[in-house]
This record gives sequence, structure tokens and C-alpha cells, in this order.
Amino acid sequence: MKKPAKVVKRKTAKRPGRPPKKFVKPKAPRKAKETRQPKPKRTDLNKALATWESEKVAPLLAKYPERKKQFLSTSGDEVRRVYAPCHIEGLDYQKDLGCPGQYPYTRGVQPTMYRGKLWTMRQYAGFGDAAESNKRYKYLLAQGQTGLSIAFDLPTQIGYDSDDPMSAGEVGKVGVAIDSLADMEILFDGIPLDKVSTSMTINAPAGVLLAMYIAVAEKQGVKPEALNGTIQNDILKEYIARGTYIFPPKPSMRLITDIFEYCAKQVPKWNTISISGYHIREAGSSATQEVAFTLADGIAYVQAAIDSGMNVDEFASRLSFFFNAHNDLLEEVAKFRAARRIWARIMKERFKAQKASSQMLRFHTQTAGSTLTAQQPDNNIIRVAIQTLAAVLGGTQSLHTNSRDEALALPTEDSVRIALRTQQIVAYESGAADTVDPLAGSYYVEARTNEIEKKAWEYIAKIDKLGGMVKAIEKGYVQKEIQDSAYRYQKDVESQERIVVGVNKFTVKEEAPKNLLKVSQAVQDAQVKRLSEMKSKRDHEAVQKSLEAIRRTAQGKDNLMPLILDAVRQYATLGEICGVLREVFGEYQESVVL
Amino acid sequence: MPNKIRILIAKPGLDGHDRGAKYIARALRDAGFEVIYTGLRQTPEAIAAAAVQEDVQWVGLSCLSGAHNSLFPRVVQLLKEKNAPDIKVFGGGVIPADDIPGLKAAGIREIFTPGTSSQQVVDYINSN
Repeated sequence: MKKPAKVVKRKTAKRPGRPPKKFVKPKAPRKAKETRQPKPKRTDLNKALATWESEKVAPLLAKYPERKKQFLSTSGDEVRRVYAPCHIEGLDYQKDLGCPGQYPYTRGVQPTMYRGKLWTMRQYAGFGDAAESNKRYKYLLAQGQTGLSIAFDLPTQIGYDSDDPMSAGEVGKVGVAIDSLADMEILFDGIPLDKVSTSMTINAPAGVLLAMYIAVAEKQGVKPEALNGTIQNDILKEYIARGTYIFPPKPSMRLITDIFEYCAKQVPKWNTISISGYHIREAGSSATQEVAFTLADGIAYVQAAIDSGMNVDEFASRLSFFFNAHNDLLEEVAKFRAARRIWARIMKERFKAQKASSQMLRFHTQTAGSTLTAQQPDNNIIRVAIQTLAAVLGGTQSLHTNSRDEALALPTEDSVRIALRTQQIVAYESGAADTVDPLAGSYYVEARTNEIEKKAWEYIAKIDKLGGMVKAIEKGYVQKEIQDSAYRYQKDVESQERIVVGVNKFTVKEEAPKNLLKVSQAVQDAQVKRLSEMKSKRDHEAVQKSLEAIRRTAQGKDNLMPLILDAVRQYATLGEICGVLREVFGEYQESVVL
Repeated sequence: MPNKIRILIAKPGLDGHDRGAKYIARALRDAGFEVIYTGLRQTPEAIAAAAVQEDVQWVGLSCLSGAHNSLFPRVVQLLKEKNAPDIKVFGGGVIPADDIPGLKAAGIREIFTPGTSSQQVVDYINSN
């Protein structure tokens, strides 16, 4: 039981100061660079812009001021009235953009992108027990979804069985409850694991759930090398933003590199980590912070794997990423493009990765849950459509679209279908998927891409200076940066500096929504009963032996994955396995900053 | 400053969504209250103990995982058992309208759902 941490009290309310702006300053026309190559055209253009400002804009502003003194993006960066070539001066197509599928991959990781194959439409789902979730997966596949994405309940994510006192009230609520291989067999019943790709949002106990997946596949007669999918396995963002950590950083990083190493040999097509900015953004970060902190997490994982003796090109191509798609359409597109470019540069320049696939940032996207409103929930459909477009124009590899009712409860089947249809409409009707990176060359999008990149490098340098991401988290630096952004944003909403339609403007009187999906207490009761029946049937001695083997290995240095797989095959439970690891590794204590 | 209202903001259960809890903690502090924030993953027992130990007048519980029906009433009950029934409890998070009457009947004074401004919470505390 943790002792509550005391809030550090500050005397004065900190008024959110505006972030620094304008890194790409337009060159004053008179200072045009005669010393460089003579570019009469550019000088003319700068002159023309200055003339336009003084002769056209200024008189108009005198008569009709603009709506706001200053226009800020969702992330708080200043947005100019208009963008022109002078705002992307020095942008070098070959060096900074490259063709699609070419370094630095700004324009996308594949040469043909969605002309070849659309992104994977992957709705995150899971609730109640394994049988109920299995039904939802089959429904989604029948509706044209092309990949599975498993949501686990909180006890599963934190390594507790359903009968643990810590699990009270949480079983089956935000995802499906999985205690042992027996549940996992039901979860994937009738779903051929060599035919689907499966993403599992599981972090601290990722190795255990991956082992269960491998074991279910074995029972279906599917070999590990045929398995396609992703485990989130990103513990650093759990400490930063999401909260489902178990162990302290050091053993957690070891579990992660054990998985990298094991999968490189045994499950070669598996994405061993999904380095996630999604939750960092949901916690209230800016777009720039989302990119910067996610890639800084990525740096920490790559460094840990190299330190454990692996060659960077052995594992780097199996790293994947996960970003948020927010409402600010063009800022988001710039964000995705910047992320690809920075990662390529990190991998090539910092880690000397040789293989092209090691330098490519492939990512999943989910639309921004935090933008959904409980008020007038149908408006969320439109928000999600804009966010979908952002993800697609930004070149995502897969996408989850949120449902309109998610600010209220778990989505109903109808809502999920609309969310999936939103993707299908963008894919098949909007034309956005028919040419690669269509916004490249837009002065605004390129300028914002540059700006996000520049600020992200500054953050990465700062984190390096603090001693790397683990240190930066332990010091509370990253959490504080995010909280400050979140606080600023929410204050702006409350002051109506920012409008959220239906919340602080255009409100209506509404009835409480009906027909919300709820998970009843009966789920926990039934799950606990099933668990105890399963326990009475298994080979008790074999379970104990397998758990002891995990304990010994955890105390040493060998790879834990084969031992975890053995234990899972014996129907050792998630809680038992994590319990042994808790005893050896200890538990993480949050550093509370406010 | 004497007689400042003291408030404990707590995250019961396993839910990791702390953006709202942290925002409200900070906003209440900026509004002049003494605020203590527990951090994540607190049991109802730990929350009730902290409330008594810190001698607060209010406990604000935040839950977005759907476990509010089990966790919120338990905190109220434990405060009673600890002879601190005068500590008032309010809650916030993703809480379906249907659940609110039950929570209020169990002794939670008020439930604030998404879209509530911090000023509304401040006003509520000041007038209760």
C-alpha cells in the first residue's frame, strides 16, 4: 500500500505562458541572400509578400480585425496567416523528403502506399469474458475488419488474476479478462491464427500474453514463425502516461529485450513492441511532445537491446509505433511525417542501422479518445472522420477509429460499425488513398513538419542530457511537461479561448443517453468460478515446477521467454507468473508530480 | 492562511487515466484549496486512511474504468468505519447517468461527469 504523496504547493497559479513561437522566421526581404546563389525569384517573392502585408492585409485588418489576436494550433504553436516558400527555405527534396519508400521516409514507408494495399482496419475491442469478446471479434471480421486488436481488462494488464482482491470491480470492464491459457483458447476459438494479424495491448506482462498466443497457435497447429501481430510491450509510456506498470524500469527493460531476442529467432514476423505516443497525447501532451517523447522512448529501447548484446539490424525492423490522430488535421499530418523523418535519422545516424527496414517508422494510429465529448455524442462521428483523414494523409499502416459513445461507456455494436464505416468511406470514397502523401509540398504542412522536427530534436537532446528516458521519467520531467500542456489546454477550454462544439459553445439540453454497454458484476463471479475449476484440473506439481524455473531464471540473466511459455502450457495463471516476477523484481512506485 | 479547505484527490482501483484527476487537483489548488493527490492505484482502504490522516474535509474520487460502483461506496463506508463520516466524498469520471442515483444513495455527495468545468467543482465545494 502506497503512502499518498503530498502535493507540492505552489504559491501562485501558473498562468499558462504561451510556448515560444516562430522558429521559421521569414527572412526580411532586404536581407535576401545575394551571397548565396542569386535567386531573383525568391527576393521578388519576399518583396511581393511584404507588399501584400502592407498594402492589402494591413488596411483590411484596420477595418476588420481577425477573429483572434493570435492563432494557435491544438498544440499551442502559432499558425501564420499564410505560408509561402520563404517559410520552408532550405527544404531539400532528396535529403528531407525523399520519394515514398526512400530515406528519410518522410513521404511514407512504401513506394505505393495505399495504392498497393489499404491500411489495416483494426478496431480495438474486448470486454467481459473471453467468449463474449470472441463473438465481437467474429462480428468485426464479418464486417470487413482486416486485423484483430485485443483490449484486456485492467487486472490482466497489471498481472492480477480475476480472483485477486486488487481486481475487485475491474474484471472485464475495460477489456477482456484473461487468467490463463484456458481463457485464451476461448478468445481465439474459430479464428485461424495463421490468417489474421493480432495486436495485443499488453505491456508489463506482454511476454506472458505472447506466450499464451503462441501456445494457442500450437494447439491450432500453427507454427510460431507463421504468426503475425504486435504486442504493445512499451513500459516507458506506462510510467509516463498510461499507468499499467508492474515492475521497476530495469527488470522491465530486461523483459522487453528478452522478448526482442526470443522473437528474432522464434517468431520472426511478430512486431515485438509498439512504441506508443497515443497515451502520451491522451494525457494531454502537444503533438510535438507526442513525437519527441515517443521517439525518445524508442531510443531507450534500441539502446537497451544493443546493450544486451544484440545487433541493431537484428531487431530494429520489428519495432513499430503507435500514434494519436487528433482534430488539428494539418498539424497531425505534419506530425506523422516529422516522426518518420526523425526516426529514420535516429536509426541511421545515431544507431548506424544499415538495413532500410531498420530505419522505417511503421505505425498504428487511433483516433483521439480525449477529443470525444459526452455531450451530443453523434458529433463525435465527425471528429473521428477528420482524425481518420489525418491518419490516412499521414501514411498510417493501421487504424482504429473510436466510436461516438466512448466518452460515455464501451461502444455498442452499432457505434463500432459506424466507426469502421468511417474508415471504409475514407478508403473507398474520399480519394485520399489514391496518391501517396498528397500534402507534400504544401508550404504549411512542410513548415509545420520542419517545426515539429526541430522542437522534437530539442526535447531529445534535453532527455539525453538528463541521462536518458528512464532517468527523465524518474525525475518526473516528462510527466511534468505533459501535465503543463494538459493544464494549459483545459484552461483554454474553460475560458472559451478554445471552442469544443457542444461543450463550451453550441450546447443543447440533452437527455441522458440510453442503451449504453455495461459489464455486470456477474462477469467477475463467473470468471472467478471458471478460474477455480481450471486450477483444480491442472497438474499442480508441474505448475509449481514451472513457476520455480521462472523464479530462478528471473534471478539470473537467461532469457525468460522459454520458461514463461512452459509455465503457460501448464496452465499457470497470469497472476501466478507475475506474482513470482513481482517477488523477484519488486514493484514500481509512481513518482507523483503535479 | 487559517481554515483552508483541505481536499484529497484520489485514484481508486487500477485505472490509469489520471489526466482529469491531476487537472482538477491543480485547478482546486489554484482556486485556493489545500490539495493532496494520492497518485494511481489506491485501494479504498488506503484512500480512507489518507483522508483521515491528512484531516481533509473532502475526498474527490476519479475513475474512468467502470469500477466506480464497487470502489466509491466502499470509500464512504470505510470513512464511516473510521469514525470520519463528516468527510464528504465526491466523484468524477466516465460514469453513466444510470449509476448516479445509486452512488448518491451510497453517500457520494456529487458526481461530475465529462465536460464539467473546474469552476463548477470549486463552486460546489464552496457552497457545500
